[in-house]
Parts: sequence; structure tokens; C-alpha cells
Amino acid sequence: MVVLGISGSLRADSHNTRLLRAAARELPEGVEFRLLDGLRDVPPYDEDDDRDPAPAAVARLREAIAGADALLISTPEYNSSIPGQLKNALDWASRPRETSPLRFKTVAVIGASTGAFGAVWAQAELRKVLGASGARVVEGDLALGHAHQKWDEGGLLDDDVRGQLRDLLSQLVAEARPADIAA
Amino acid sequence: MTTAEQTTVVPTGTWNSDPVHSSFGFSVKHMVVATFRGSLTDFDATLTAAEDGTARLEATGRVASVVTADDNLTGHIQSPDFFDAERHPEVRYVSSAIAVDGESLVVQGELTLKGVTKPLELRGTIVGPAAGFDEGLKLGVELEGVIDRTAYGLNWNAPLPTGGFAVGNEVKLSAHLELGKA
Repeated sequence: MVVLGISGSLRADSHNTRLLRAAARELPEGVEFRLLDGLRDVPPYDEDDDRDPAPAAVARLREAIAGADALLISTPEYNSSIPGQLKNALDWASRPRETSPLRFKTVAVIGASTGAFGAVWAQAELRKVLGASGARVVEGDLALGHAHQKWDEGGLLDDDVRGQLRDLLSQLVAEARPADIAA
Repeated sequence: MTTAEQTTVVPTGTWNSDPVHSSFGFSVKHMVVATFRGSLTDFDATLTAAEDGTARLEATGRVASVVTADDNLTGHIQSPDFFDAERHPEVRYVSSAIAVDGESLVVQGELTLKGVTKPLELRGTIVGPAAGFDEGLKLGVELEGVIDRTAYGLNWNAPLPTGGFAVGNEVKLSAHLELGKA
């Protein structure tokens, strides 16, 4: 079982990337966590470029998603929505629909912001985009508001937030396990 | 039970749907004002009637055969937002009671859709049997029913700028079956 973390924020000290690293520590035993590298390199979506072979950064993105059993995406909120680069990457990954690695992929959505609401509007937008891309979005979520105040001196979250992460991740892993697939 | 001369039982035997001359469709309100029709082309239905008058209808459809004129829409309909074809590839109906009164047909049963099973009554007509070209006997069965798609977890919707939602929750199902005697 592999969970791929995708941070919608590119900056080095991103709260959302930190949140993903914190989530990695709360995963059930035996689950491997990978953090997507290279979101910045994905070129703007252009249907003229959407052909075989795909641009190298797009191919790496699609392979990373295809190689994971589940995704954990953490998004900041830009103007009440998701960052353009995250949307752009999902647009690439969603095509072509028949072979898209997002199709039927189990995904959990979380978000962090320095405001009070923890990127809830961006999370709603992200869920909509993922659903339209054919992904299986789990119900649970986590909205980390006032994110800049949530890390202790060791860079860790408090027990309450860690518990929320554990609950969400166990839901994600359970939903993604083929053994749980109903007839 | 009626005592009139009209038939009150399904003709005895096993009757299987002819895939070419049978169809299954659904319709739902779209953009509040219009009606969108879709079809599920890969299905089979069997009507079985015993000598004692008891009858049973079973139908199974493959969700992968729900297609529309737009590939992107078809893909979305197959996805977990709607049917979730990966985990629930089949939709199934099994009757529990069938009542015939002349050409009138009322079927009580259960519909299983996206892993959810709920009672569903279907109403329509049964006509025949009639002789076909190959001397086989044919029955004509038409049935309709109405479901709330959200009761089965097909929840996707989008609010419209001027109010209301893109897709209605009430979905009409209709089957037009040509059944051949096995």
C-alpha cells in the first residue's frame, strides 16, 4: 500500500507540505508514504502538447499517481479556490480519461491556511475537480486553520490534530484496499 | 384475485430477453426544464413462470454499457460521483411478487444499484404470447418505475446560477422487453 502526498503549495516552508509530512507519521503500519516532487515542473496544459509521449514532467506526474494506491492532497486556498499549479497538474493527470491514473483513484483532501477556516473553500473546489476526474474522494477531511500557530518547537502538531489525521488516513487506507471492494 | 376471463398469470415457461429488440432506459430532469435520456444497452432479463402460477423476474445490467453522446459525460457517469462502475459493475432487479390482470402487470421487487438494495415497484403491460418467425413464442413486456437516485448514493449535482440544480434526483426507469421462450 502506497499513499502519495501532493501538496498544492510550492514554497519550501509550506504549511500544507508540513501537514503532509505530519500525516506520513500517522499512517497505519505497513503503509508507505511518498511525497510528490516536481509539481512546479508541470507545464501549462495545452491540448496540442497532450500527446504520446507526454512532456517528461507530465509523464512523471502520471506515473507517480498510477504507482500509488491512494492520494492525500493538501491544498492552500488562493482566492477561495485551489492554486493554479495544482489544478493544472490535475487537468494533465485527468487525461485521457480512459487511461487517467485519477480514474477510480481513492483520494483524501485536506488543507491548511493561516486564516481561520483551513482552506475549506479550496477543499470543496478540489473535491469537485477530483470527482469530475473520476476519482473516489473519501468523505472525511481536515481543515487546519491558523496553521502558523499549530506547530510546536519540534515541528509537531498537537494530539487532537494528529488524532484527526489518523482517523482520516485509516478511512483512506480502508477505502483504497482492494479487499474491501464490494461485489 | 380476479374471477374475470382475463389472464391472471404469466404464461408458463422461461422467457429470456432478446438483446437486439429489448431496451432499457432512464430519464432525469436536466437544467430544471429539460429531460435527459440515457440507456443501458448491455442487460439481460428473464421472466420465469411455474405451472402453479408463480412467476419471477430477474434482470441484470452492466453499468459499463451506460453511454451518452459525450465521452467526458460517459466517463463522469461511470465514476464514483455516479455509478462507480469499478466497484459496482452491475445493477440488478429481482422480483418478489408479480400480479397480472389482463395486459396489466405490476411487479414488486428489489433494485440493487451501487451496492444499495431497496424495494421498487414496476408497473406496465404484458402482451402475448405470440408466434415469432422462427416458431418461437414471444412475450412483450413493458415496465416503468421511479427511483430517487440519491437513495442509492448517486449524489452528484451542481447548483445553477439562477437557482435549482443541474440534475434532478427523481429518475424514471423504463424497460421495453421482447422475451423469447427458452
